[in-house]
Amino acid sequence: MKPRIATCSLAGCFGCHMSILDIDERILKLAELVDFDRSPINDFKHITTRCAVGIIEGGCCNEENVHVLHEFRENCDNLVSLGDCAISGGIPALRNNIPLEECLETAYLNNPGIYNPSGIVPNDEEIPMILKKVYPCHEVVKIDYYIPGCPPPADAIWDVLTALLEGRAPVIAYDSLKYD
Amino acid sequence: MKQALEKIVAEICDSFGNDRTRLMDITTAVQRRFGCVSDSAIDLIARAVKTHRVEIESLVTFYSFFSKEEQGKVVIRLCDDIVDWMKGYQQIADALVKELGISIGETTSDGEITLTRTPCIGMSDQAPAALVNDVAVTYLTPERAVKMVRELRKHLDPHQLVTVLGEGNNSNPLVHSMVRNNIRQKGAVLFADFESGTALKRTLNMTPESVIGEIKASKLRGRGGAGFPTGLKWEFASKTKADRRFIICNADEGEPGTFKDRVLLTERAEMLFEGMTIAGYAVGAELGILYLRGEYSYLFSYLNHVLETRKNSGLLGNSIMGKQGFNFDIRIQLGAGAYVCGEETALISSCEGKRGDPKNRPPFPPQEGYMGCPTVVNNVESFCCASRIMIEGAKWFSAMGSPRTAGTKALSISGDCRRPGVYEVPFGTKASDLLELCEAENPGAMLIGGPCRQMIGPNRFGGIICYDDLATGGSIIVFNKARNKLEIAEHYLDFFIEESCGYCTPCRVGLVLLKKYVRKVVSGAGEPQDLDKMLKLSNMIVSTSRCGLGQAAPNPVLGALNNFRELYESMVSERKHGLQPDFDLTSAVVDSELFVGRRSLYV
Repeated sequence: MKPRIATCSLAGCFGCHMSILDIDERILKLAELVDFDRSPINDFKHITTRCAVGIIEGGCCNEENVHVLHEFRENCDNLVSLGDCAISGGIPALRNNIPLEECLETAYLNNPGIYNPSGIVPNDEEIPMILKKVYPCHEVVKIDYYIPGCPPPADAIWDVLTALLEGRAPVIAYDSLKYD
Repeated sequence: MKQALEKIVAEICDSFGNDRTRLMDITTAVQRRFGCVSDSAIDLIARAVKTHRVEIESLVTFYSFFSKEEQGKVVIRLCDDIVDWMKGYQQIADALVKELGISIGETTSDGEITLTRTPCIGMSDQAPAALVNDVAVTYLTPERAVKMVRELRKHLDPHQLVTVLGEGNNSNPLVHSMVRNNIRQKGAVLFADFESGTALKRTLNMTPESVIGEIKASKLRGRGGAGFPTGLKWEFASKTKADRRFIICNADEGEPGTFKDRVLLTERAEMLFEGMTIAGYAVGAELGILYLRGEYSYLFSYLNHVLETRKNSGLLGNSIMGKQGFNFDIRIQLGAGAYVCGEETALISSCEGKRGDPKNRPPFPPQEGYMGCPTVVNNVESFCCASRIMIEGAKWFSAMGSPRTAGTKALSISGDCRRPGVYEVPFGTKASDLLELCEAENPGAMLIGGPCRQMIGPNRFGGIICYDDLATGGSIIVFNKARNKLEIAEHYLDFFIEESCGYCTPCRVGLVLLKKYVRKVVSGAGEPQDLDKMLKLSNMIVSTSRCGLGQAAPNPVLGALNNFRELYESMVSERKHGLQPDFDLTSAVVDSELFVGRRSLYV
């Protein structure tokens, strides 16, 4: 049986997943090496069996993100934070210095252009509770590896993935780490 | 009222020649007169000295002794250094809060008394201590603190709190302070008798080049802590081509646990000013500046008086001691509560009337310093040593001390010991000997050189005080075995976070992240790999910060990790399931639940 990979996007923009696709034709090689478990690529709702690598895009902004992250931690041998939002909270974490109440009021109640005569804030039971701030993944569970970048370059993702699958310690080349 | 403000601010600016580079003095005077530097005052000052408003505003908001909001007529600044904590800071703070009916950082409703806290005020040997306006109040107890407030309410005059005077010049009417010198051991260099003029007389018989040669031969190294060879620094400054050169004495003694410069300023002012004059002669400077930390402003009148006396005796001014063409004068620049100003380039910025922002180095001050001119910045003690060297000779001086560090060192020892105070010891003295001298109580650790240096455990008590082993600018704090080293490291991280100027990211952000890790470990939520992450982060801050503050700030953590690793290791453990124990989902959704008015279904 081939090793399995799982991926997910929490409070992210899917840009990191786009960057995964940027490995181009190497994706065929990847398909030979691994099977995909839970991932937006195949739309599995939960992880089915133990995975060798779990890749997380985005930080945690609501309770569902936390549950997904727990599921990944529980079922993956190696957990990788992919991209700046997973590593530091990124753009969604800009709200961290503003009280949650103020954020929600500005978003749904008191802002020019908002039409909300009954003053409703989205409150369906299906909607997960938003957290008081956005957490980087390593503050919620233990993370084994980090791939920085917004988004990380496809080469860095490829290098880390192949290293982990071959049992080597991943090293990201300096060229893939500097952006200026 | 508005007209009064206009008139008085104009007068103040005028008395400093409407000179932009004297903004520190102007702002200090306005703050003292009005209890704040209000927006209108900022406007008026900016117009008078012909600069932008933002320049004054950034100055006012940078220094902790300035404020835009009106402070009480009396400001009580309670010292919250670690030594004060060990001696009962919390009980005193509680007593003050209760008696005044306000929290720390607030002013009483009648506008009379403000209560706030401040980092080390240089009184660790007589802690707990506080500054009440510019009056130092020492050996506080909760009872004395309450009594102090009741008295202040009657007369609002902090000077009346001084009833028992300290020894030596502390009882000079111009000082009139309860501060004690606590000189426990006198050495041959600093605390031996000194007669004004003797060092200068010998200096003026030599050429400036040979004076520098003498200082170089003495192997004197800077006493502020970095240990740069003093003679070499003077030579660099003298050889840089320039029309003007300057001598600055760094008396911004802000390193927590240091107070030996306070005692030297009190008892050896003549020797210090003579040393600065010698430096002026050697490098060809005509102006010296004594940068006196705001916390020591109670010494300001006395030091000015000493300068006046020296002028009247021909030891300062024009043609000093009859030497045609040698003119040298000294002015005192008062600081306003900023630790980073102890860093020499930040200190120069402050002397120029700016925020205490460090400058890029190189160029180093001997090449390009105050006003862009070659400048020698030395510690109080270094100048005092220079005076002694010119009397006794380089050979006499270099014969003392350890093989590679000549002379003696004034140490400020405080903490868990029976005899805290100032000790002048030869370089090469063992840490364990110091513990004996100060009658340390059950010592478990020593902080050598303050939080910016290193904390050592008993396995290194055999080390010696010198630049190659246990380097120190003078601060030595003794901790008994019961003290929690991690909490000490955390306390000092708070200090550095507060004092960071904020200019560069590694220092401003890195220290906050580092503190998060320390908190995690101290609270018992840490994991083994967190220790390595702390090391990595610390090294990153050290290697990428712009000035000495950031480069030294992780040292409390590094010291604890390097010398007390087993302590940290005992506090961390691997977690099951890989979850972070300090993340709590229930409390993370509470705000949300309150806002929408229902409980989460999934927590």
